[in-house]
Amino acid sequence: MKINVNNEVREVSASPDTPLLYVLSDELHIKGPRFGCGLAQCGSCSVLLDGEEIRSCITPVSAVTGHSVTTLEGLPAFYAAEKKLPTVPALHPVQQAFIDEQAPQCGYCYNGMVIKAAELLSHTPQPSEAEIRSAMNGHLCRCGTYPRILKAIEGASRAMTGALK
Amino acid sequence: MKSSNSTMAFPRRDFLKGGGALVIGFSLGAVTPASRAFAQAPALPDPKLVDSWIAIHRDNTATAFFGKVELGQGSTTALLQIVAEELDVELSQLSAAQVDTKHSPNQGATVSSSSVERAGPQVRAAAAEARQELLRRAAQKLGTPVESLTVMQGIVHSKEGSVSYGELLGDQPFNVNFTGTAPQKPASKYRLIGSRVPRVDISAKVAGTYDYMQHATLPGMLHGRVVRPRGQGAYGAGAEVLGLDETSMKHIPDARIVRKGDFIGVVAPRQWDAVRAAEALKVTWRTPTTLSGDAALHEKMRSSKTTDSVIVEEGDVGKALSQSAHVVSASYRGPYQAHAPFGPSCALAEAAGDSALVICSTQDVYALRERIASVLGLPETRVRVQYVEGAGCFGHSCYDDAALAAAIMSQLVGKPVRVQFMRWDELGWDNYGPAHLGEIRAAADSEGKLVALEYHGWHHGWMIDETSEQLAVGKPVKEFATGAGSLIVNKVNVGGMYVTPNRRLINHAVSGLEGYLKGANLRSPLDLSYSFASEQTMDGLAYLAELDPVEFRRRNIRDPRWLGVLDAVVEAAKWTPRRAASARGQGAVITGRGVALGTHRVSFGAAVAEIEVNRKTGLIVAKHIYAALDCGLVVNPGAVESQIIGMTTQATSRVLKEEVRFSATNVTSLDWGSYPVLRFAEHPNITPILVQPPNTPSSGAGEEALAAAGAAIANAFFDATGVRLKQYPMTPDRVRAALA
Repeated sequence: MKINVNNEVREVSASPDTPLLYVLSDELHIKGPRFGCGLAQCGSCSVLLDGEEIRSCITPVSAVTGHSVTTLEGLPAFYAAEKKLPTVPALHPVQQAFIDEQAPQCGYCYNGMVIKAAELLSHTPQPSEAEIRSAMNGHLCRCGTYPRILKAIEGASRAMTGALK
Repeated sequence: MKSSNSTMAFPRRDFLKGGGALVIGFSLGAVTPASRAFAQAPALPDPKLVDSWIAIHRDNTATAFFGKVELGQGSTTALLQIVAEELDVELSQLSAAQVDTKHSPNQGATVSSSSVERAGPQVRAAAAEARQELLRRAAQKLGTPVESLTVMQGIVHSKEGSVSYGELLGDQPFNVNFTGTAPQKPASKYRLIGSRVPRVDISAKVAGTYDYMQHATLPGMLHGRVVRPRGQGAYGAGAEVLGLDETSMKHIPDARIVRKGDFIGVVAPRQWDAVRAAEALKVTWRTPTTLSGDAALHEKMRSSKTTDSVIVEEGDVGKALSQSAHVVSASYRGPYQAHAPFGPSCALAEAAGDSALVICSTQDVYALRERIASVLGLPETRVRVQYVEGAGCFGHSCYDDAALAAAIMSQLVGKPVRVQFMRWDELGWDNYGPAHLGEIRAAADSEGKLVALEYHGWHHGWMIDETSEQLAVGKPVKEFATGAGSLIVNKVNVGGMYVTPNRRLINHAVSGLEGYLKGANLRSPLDLSYSFASEQTMDGLAYLAELDPVEFRRRNIRDPRWLGVLDAVVEAAKWTPRRAASARGQGAVITGRGVALGTHRVSFGAAVAEIEVNRKTGLIVAKHIYAALDCGLVVNPGAVESQIIGMTTQATSRVLKEEVRFSATNVTSLDWGSYPVLRFAEHPNITPILVQPPNTPSSGAGEEALAAAGAAIANAFFDATGVRLKQYPMTPDRVRAALA
């Protein structure tokens, strides 16, 4: 089976029903998406499928053939392509904002937080606080860093829309 | 991750390799035999040697060896700041070694918010001692007295010239005793301590390059899963296997069963096969009906035979209560709550022949080493435990259980085994924060002066035997119910911040071996329950005395540090004095505000909560919480503010939503649906406030505002509704029932 991950076509040997998460982790050694619940309840394993956030823990690998998977690792390139930037930045603006806010504690949920926030700002460049709260509501953070995540997404929105003017 | 040959002799320190190979987040600690030095040294680093704490490298960088682990709380950055400050190097020149029984000094478990408070002074003294020796050598080399030397960025300067730490000692041992007598930098000269330096782990965590425990691998490893009943029964009952149908997983040919006693697991080369096999394997367990069920829990505790101890007995409580103008009396209930780390516990073990390597996320590598050695039947010196950070644990979650499971499975199959708990394993077999029942009576005089307080607390203790060990070995379990460090009514949180002439606190220890769940330390152990009861009681007295709740507290506090946090939080929240419940709204959604004090062990916490209550649906929404913490000298204000934000969010979650549900046979809270925690859309805005009185040493900062934040929400509910909720979580069902 061949799947497209971060703009590379990769040959994988897993059985078709294997959740994408285990293929990404164990066969492709990609560290962004990681196991949280296996039930699509927490957002730990999020990736973008053709630009839309999905839960890789319940998505069979066979379902993504012919589609484009973007993980945390491929997010800066995805952003560069989306914005037609001449070069790929080291980090997506959302990642930079999370660092600027010193938002994470254990940071385990931040794969999903970054992926979901990037998707949100791609669709809604200047979300209201209510829109951010609603969009991010499927992503849990047990350390309780939600307030800094919220602030960081607002900061990333400003940085991204400012940069486009 | 590179291979680590666990069958090699275990040298103490991979000293000569330079800092890079040992830096947290960049390597999982595997080292090649060629780099091993000091192979003859004892396995446990001697804390009385400077070399056990600090190494200086040729490239003028340094490595610090800590015994405390990074759990996501940022304490590694703070400890590095302390060492860099004392050593006079930049933070960029200093790294922390991975915590590993092979080379880390034993500073005790990373619990009770002790890293900066207790380990901080130790590493500061070690760095001072190292600096003193480096200056002695520099003075010799430069031919100038020590007094004339200055240090910047690890380069020693004098009129005669300069020499770097790396040139003086590069990758050679200090060979100097750690006497603790070297002069230390005065606080007035601090440059790094007190500054908001970025945490050393955050960039990699956000970029996705951080090595979590869940990423660790070893060549030839198998994936393992534990197979247990969904949800634990009574502690000590184990999970007795009555039948096991091996054919039930024969459609997964690569998976095999591993069993030792009642411990059952499955292993497979592919992770998905292990997951499927664990689900498919049909096991019949004995399911005794020895639990009370969550609804009858507190009645069972209240009526059980207890071991009672007097925690505080001052004055004559009975007399004072009978003679006072205002008396409040009530019973309060707190549930079992789960650690519920966002990522379930994970561990990787290679137990082959006469030694074992266990890579895991334990809070105490040394205590776990002892336990693993005992279960595997190996001498402690043949077991090496390495720490790698996993998802935040907030106390004793299942990380040691997973480590033991991996070790047991690896020994059975003779290959490295990586065990990751499924969500239901983690939530269903947690060491829950114990439930609590508190009965309180308190009195104030007509001037609003607290006169008496009597408190009776019921709960069981901590159960320290790990499930994997118990199932595999079958030995009787123990409870840690009495003695130093066990759970007893917290005399600070139950009115200890107030001047109370007559006070009586009684601990009623319920036997945890008689049909209860497995309990252990959950962030700020039981303090939320104590403060939920006692701070609501203070509010009740303020109400009867017709006083503003802040004013009532001020009248009863003498300690300037308690007053300090109260004043700071009240000012931040722009609190205007009035009696509680005196401005109640009339609509469907009404608002309230509440104040409370609390702590864990040391430090001083205060909170003001602003909430909304929907009288129809019963839903409480915490809108804004102001939380002040006085933890003495703050090493990294940004990191401590982050801790305040996190613990306040968690307090909100715990007081509004979290409760472990269980039937007569087993726990039924097994996923994020059946164990709901606070979600993104529900989080309050949080204003963290640091209070730093001059010349106060650093004290715990990881849990001390949690109880205050939870109790402030409870007091805000009374302000909004005029009704007291006496049981948490304050769910819509309970709110509707209380308002009906």
